[in-house]
Amino acid sequence: MNGIVAYGAYVPYFHLDRKAIGEALGSGGGKGTRAVASYDEDTTSMGVEAARAALRGAPRCAPAAVYFATAAPAYLDKTNATAIHAALALDESAMAFDMLGSIRSAAGALRAATDASRSTLAVLSDIRTGLPGGTDEREGGDAGAAFLLAAGDADTPLLAEPVAAASVTAEFLERWRVPGEPASRQWEERFGEHAYAPLAEAAIASALKQAGVTGPALASVLVAGSHGRANKRAAAAAGAKPAALGDDLTGSVGNTGAAHAGLLLADALDRAQADDLMMVVSLADGCDVTIWRATAALARGRQRVPVAAQVAAGGTVPYATFLTWRGFLKREPPRRPDPQPPAAPPALRAEAWKFGFTGSRCQACGTRHLPPTRVCLKCRAVDRMTPERMADVPATIATYTVDRLAYSLSPPVVVGVLDFEGGGRFTCELTDVDPAAVRIGNRVEMTFRRLMTAHEVHNYFWKARPLRGA
Amino acid sequence: MASNGIRDRVAIVGMGCTTFGERWDKSVSDLLVESSQDALNSASVPIDAVDAFWLGTLFSGQSGLTLSRPLKLDYKPVSRLENYCATGSEAFRNACYAVACGAYDIAMAIGVEKLKDSGISGLPSIGAPEDGTRAGLTAPATFSLLAPAYAKKYGVDEATFKEAMTRIAWKNHKNGALNPRAQFRKEVAKDVIACSPQVAGALGIFDCSGVSDGSAAAIIVRAEDAYKYTDKPLFVKALSFIAGPATGPIDPDYDYTTFPEVVASAADAYAQAGIKDPRAELAMAEVHDCFTPTELVLMEDLGFAQRGTAWKEVLNGTFDLEGELAVNPDGGLKSFGHPIGASGLRMLFEAWLQLRGEAGTRQIASVARGRKLALTHNLGGAPGECVSFVSVVGSERS
Repeated sequence: MNGIVAYGAYVPYFHLDRKAIGEALGSGGGKGTRAVASYDEDTTSMGVEAARAALRGAPRCAPAAVYFATAAPAYLDKTNATAIHAALALDESAMAFDMLGSIRSAAGALRAATDASRSTLAVLSDIRTGLPGGTDEREGGDAGAAFLLAAGDADTPLLAEPVAAASVTAEFLERWRVPGEPASRQWEERFGEHAYAPLAEAAIASALKQAGVTGPALASVLVAGSHGRANKRAAAAAGAKPAALGDDLTGSVGNTGAAHAGLLLADALDRAQADDLMMVVSLADGCDVTIWRATAALARGRQRVPVAAQVAAGGTVPYATFLTWRGFLKREPPRRPDPQPPAAPPALRAEAWKFGFTGSRCQACGTRHLPPTRVCLKCRAVDRMTPERMADVPATIATYTVDRLAYSLSPPVVVGVLDFEGGGRFTCELTDVDPAAVRIGNRVEMTFRRLMTAHEVHNYFWKARPLRGA
Repeated sequence: MASNGIRDRVAIVGMGCTTFGERWDKSVSDLLVESSQDALNSASVPIDAVDAFWLGTLFSGQSGLTLSRPLKLDYKPVSRLENYCATGSEAFRNACYAVACGAYDIAMAIGVEKLKDSGISGLPSIGAPEDGTRAGLTAPATFSLLAPAYAKKYGVDEATFKEAMTRIAWKNHKNGALNPRAQFRKEVAKDVIACSPQVAGALGIFDCSGVSDGSAAAIIVRAEDAYKYTDKPLFVKALSFIAGPATGPIDPDYDYTTFPEVVASAADAYAQAGIKDPRAELAMAEVHDCFTPTELVLMEDLGFAQRGTAWKEVLNGTFDLEGELAVNPDGGLKSFGHPIGASGLRMLFEAWLQLRGEAGTRQIASVARGRKLALTHNLGGAPGECVSFVSVVGSERS
């Protein structure tokens, strides 16, 4: 059985102030904020960001498989995990599978990665939508989380090991969505509590028994589920000390659906001490419980930017902009040519560049090239290049402009000419940035995004954003 | 290995140029008939005397049939070509070479573009299927990168640089107000230009050239035959066309304050024409003022101003119609808009009028004082990745 050797979470830069909903619609709203995937993000791109954060922690343990779980896939029929695989520049022999459609698929991905006989990356990601003014819009949130599960060794020690895992499965109609619908439906509030409570009690009791501990031994109880009252019942069923029931992030990030259990676990790992027991309870069409024990190695293996820091940073998105991004408000397009989708053959030829942000370096003179070219821009040597991945190399803004004419779901487009540390220049869009705050000399890092969608083709590529956690 | 040029081997003996603007009532074919007829009449040449045709257009048609069909050409060679914003100039350059080498006696270079039919701002998108990794900058955004880079390098504060940009737009509109063929024939106050809605970076609407329809044409013959057609031919002194390696956007050494392609094509053209000091020898220059910072940087790249001083020269009026060297006396792209295929030939048309003393109220005084050379310049692409064309024409065969 595998344990966690690396983890990462991704909370998008933007959040919506819930009271802005009430101000716009005259009712609803409420307290706190919810995280909002930007106009250039989807569950795949957020999954990539979480996975990159995780893999930074385990440079010597390449995943042999990727399981991607989301309730809001960017594509059907076509695998989404392959874009994540490509963006991480994994070896082609590494498998990549989707587990799609339901919130519970995330619990399945994490469990399958734990049970796997090879190093496996579980990527969980979700974008939660609801009709304007509704509970799901207000209480939902967008995020990603990723866990690399492996046997652990001296180079890549376990950060947390599973000490118990229990599942209870049941078929009932509590929350559902027909493919293509912008919002899900839910049976009446009290029914969910009725259906979930016994499932949670059974799974939690089974897990505690397996672990040979009782509730008070748990350092944290992390409950994720789309039904608030059922979540509370589950937390109570654990019988833990009050201090073990921490912030479930629904006030600041919102309920992130398929990502939520992972997000809570990442947040707990950001703080846990050696030997802490963390119980993750996931309520979705049953109940899945895992108890993790933190190891002494955790203190040195935490993700670079903790969940709490990601939540604290970022910017506010106006409600009308949020509605526009999610497709609930159709806006007048500029009088500009329609954006063209990428074509499949050139995208395949450029896979390492487009998805992996892999440039090249001239072996004759050392000059870096983004994108890779065959003839060196400096010494004109031909075919003397070796690939060089640039996704994790920070850069500095050499010059920039704010393009108010270019087509974008979120104008204006900010473009930076970037000079990379150690050489190489590339010009690309900046994202998660205040146009008025951009200056020559600002430091940025690359982030994987969905630039646009045209003719039902998502165009994935990289942008630059201000250095996170700097 | 040399760029030998064809100095004084061919001459322009007739030209035509339509009114540029929103020509809703005219098709591409109409515009081609109009400019070609004007050029033929100007040279008193019947169309069946023209041996070969070069048609420049980027978006408005493909193949020689775009010209042969409306003109009902009787089985003549027609080449259609494009080279971004230098398309019209490229038609001219290739027609000149064909005559210079003796392949034909009389050639026509003609350019056309009809942009207004697309219904969008700026230029339509073109190009082969791509992988979707190129930054989707608009043209004004790519050229707006020049402003902060130039201002920083030469220690010019942003307000002063903007003032220089504004003065370029003001000057070109002032010149265009005197030109009956221009799209915009009104002077525009500096504060209107300076406060126009932002487009990209420091560029407002009035820092951008317009979108228009238009066509222009030239009749080219061997220099020794020129006086058979007109008393006042223009002799081709230099033709230089350069395509850069397009490394600016990927080379940290490129600083966005110059167009190396323009520097190279200007040096080549001056060598062909035997020009030592362009500012002192030229009567005028038509340059590619697609955006105001472009014209400012071109003043240095074309050798009209020392590095880092163009902003001062602009503000001092050096390039005004009455200045030391008139730049864009016809109003430039600012006043004409930029129908891609036509622009290069439209620039030559102004040289044609000015050097022949036929420019009316905007006639440049230095021509009467004996200046006999004019320069035209196009660039296509973006800073760091462009093509550049420079021609020099003169009213005297040396």
